Amino acid sequence: MSNIEHKSANEWYVSRFRTFEDKLNGQSKSFLHDIRKNALVNLAELSFPTNRNEEWKYTNVTPILKQNFIPAMISTFPKIKKEEIKQFLFKDFDYHLIVFVNGLFAEELSTIGNLPKGVIVGGLNRVTKNNPDSISKYINNLSKIDNAFNALNTAYSYDGLVVIVPEGMILEKPIQVLFLNTSKDDLVLSVPRNLIIAGKNSQVSVITNYRGYGNKTYFSNIITEVYVEENAIVDFYKIQNENDESFHIEKVQAIQKKNSVFNHYNINFGGAIVRNDINTLHDDQNIETHYYGLYLAHGKQHVDNHTFIDHAKPNCMSNELYKGILDDNSRGVFNGKIIVRKDAQKTNAYQQNKTILLSKTATIDTKPQLEIFADDVKCSHGATVGHLDDTSEFYIRSRGVPQELAKSMLIRAFANDVIDTIKIEPLKEQLNHMIFEHLHRVEIENKV
Amino acid sequence: MLSIKNLHANVDGKEILKGINLEIKTGEVHAIMGPNGSGKSTLANVLTGNKSYEVTNGTVLFEGKDLLDMDPETRAREGLFLAFQYPIEIPGISNATFLKTALNEIRKYNNLAELTPKEFLDRIKDKAKVLGLDDTLISRAVNVGFSGGEKKRNEIFQMLMLEPKFVLLDETDSGLDIDALRIVSNGVNIYRNPNNAFLVVTHYQRLLNYIQPDFVHVLSKGRIIKSGGKELALELEEKGYDWIKTKEFETEKV
Repeated sequence: MSNIEHKSANEWYVSRFRTFEDKLNGQSKSFLHDIRKNALVNLAELSFPTNRNEEWKYTNVTPILKQNFIPAMISTFPKIKKEEIKQFLFKDFDYHLIVFVNGLFAEELSTIGNLPKGVIVGGLNRVTKNNPDSISKYINNLSKIDNAFNALNTAYSYDGLVVIVPEGMILEKPIQVLFLNTSKDDLVLSVPRNLIIAGKNSQVSVITNYRGYGNKTYFSNIITEVYVEENAIVDFYKIQNENDESFHIEKVQAIQKKNSVFNHYNINFGGAIVRNDINTLHDDQNIETHYYGLYLAHGKQHVDNHTFIDHAKPNCMSNELYKGILDDNSRGVFNGKIIVRKDAQKTNAYQQNKTILLSKTATIDTKPQLEIFADDVKCSHGATVGHLDDTSEFYIRSRGVPQELAKSMLIRAFANDVIDTIKIEPLKEQLNHMIFEHLHRVEIENKV
Repeated sequence: MLSIKNLHANVDGKEILKGINLEIKTGEVHAIMGPNGSGKSTLANVLTGNKSYEVTNGTVLFEGKDLLDMDPETRAREGLFLAFQYPIEIPGISNATFLKTALNEIRKYNNLAELTPKEFLDRIKDKAKVLGLDDTLISRAVNVGFSGGEKKRNEIFQMLMLEPKFVLLDETDSGLDIDALRIVSNGVNIYRNPNNAFLVVTHYQRLLNYIQPDFVHVLSKGRIIKSGGKELALELEEKGYDWIKTKEFETEKV
């Protein structure tokens, strides 16, 4: 790990900005461009994280920095046809579909359909042009730029998912968001900049679906900001399945107001290096936050989940369950941070992390990080690492089921705690299917 | 059907079975009784192929084939079934999926066609009725949220579904109230026929009031120290195990 490599990554990305700016046409006068230019200064100054940084102790990003990725706006990549995306979509339920290819809104692939009055579902670039006032006060207001990855996303922010649900509106159908990532000759950098605003008393369900297409290397570097206003309920699903050569980093920054509920479901099928930061700030009382995570990795994949719940106000609750299944030489990292601040009396905060290792060479570094400054709180955490249970395997085999299938049943049983919390029924079975496909194991189909 | 000769087995390096000899013929029901720690459950687990138990000596032939040489799934496909003392919960896998997978594996091994969905459902309904089980059981996850009694009943349900030739009941009566005991025993008695055989492992005589054995064996410290007819069970109930141990001790001295 040398600083020279890191430095050259900063220089490389700063040097591409001019070409990018030329591509913006009229867009270089928008409020977004001021944000970009400020971030460019940060990009020149801030370093990419190294293992010396406690937050990045177990995730070495050097392989990402060694490559000179080209921001999607100024790179070339294959055009995607409508029939090609079908294989990546979750099906058997109604949804509004919005598609991004390498982080850029693909109108011709999207089927957003009819939306209730006042609801906005679209690409950031389009919304910046057509409804600047709806987002100018929100974008880049929650997420602080605290490393060069954040600066890189912000400096090149151009497109991404925007969902705005006005006060009192309940969006019946979930929004399915396909982020298809692909490279051919250029190594593409995709920088989706996502913004979700759920107004007072509103309700919305968003399924973000990050998929790799082809086997060429690309890098997805995402920032997602989520505003959950008073009494609002947001179900936010992230299903991430990049190809084995590619990199994925996302920072989610959410803020919750009084009586709101934020459910974050994070299902990772890995990539070469995957890092998620999921942060929620409680900005008022009677707030509920649920984090459900499932990470699966095989081969040499590396999956790192850093979660953070900032209990800043009293009478709130958070519940977190992260489970992992690691095979071959894969590596998992879990860091669950909970801060209960001095004012946050009557906080209930629960956290659990469980990992099973399917091979002798898979590893997990797990760390709960509870910092409690209030005295009247209920908090608990637990972390376990183990293997598939021999007694259970014996029970299943004693019924005539072969060993490999018995193991698959136990894998499914292990993942079930997380999968079962998903509210969209058809999604559960499709995710179970992905689990077996991903781990290259015999599939159990649960049907009568 | 089952022939056990001089069977020795260890658990964690400690010898638990110290030379078991037992012949079970088709159509017979044998009961093995004995105090805690006598090796009853070890015998059941060794016969089913649990890897935690190490066989150090002896042979077991099942219909002439070397049972100890088979993995657990092959033993099941050959027709062996263990009703577990502590059945396992499998969240996320429905009873239907579990049983269908097991049944089809067994049928495939025996060169039988897979059941059609209708045949499978009909069989489920039939067998559930025998045990007074609700049809909705089949869509529930295996043993998840079941009471101790429901789990035992589910073991017998699995037995009826899989139609094994040889059934081991490991402390099936433990944790059952009198009504559940009656239902479970009824399931066993309905299934009992001249073409299959049972080995009932139990601590108490109670179960044998409902499932009447042809032979009773007393296991103590890893050996069968006494065998007899069903009246032996009653005698044990009356006098306890000490009576036999003392007697055995005296016999040894003589």
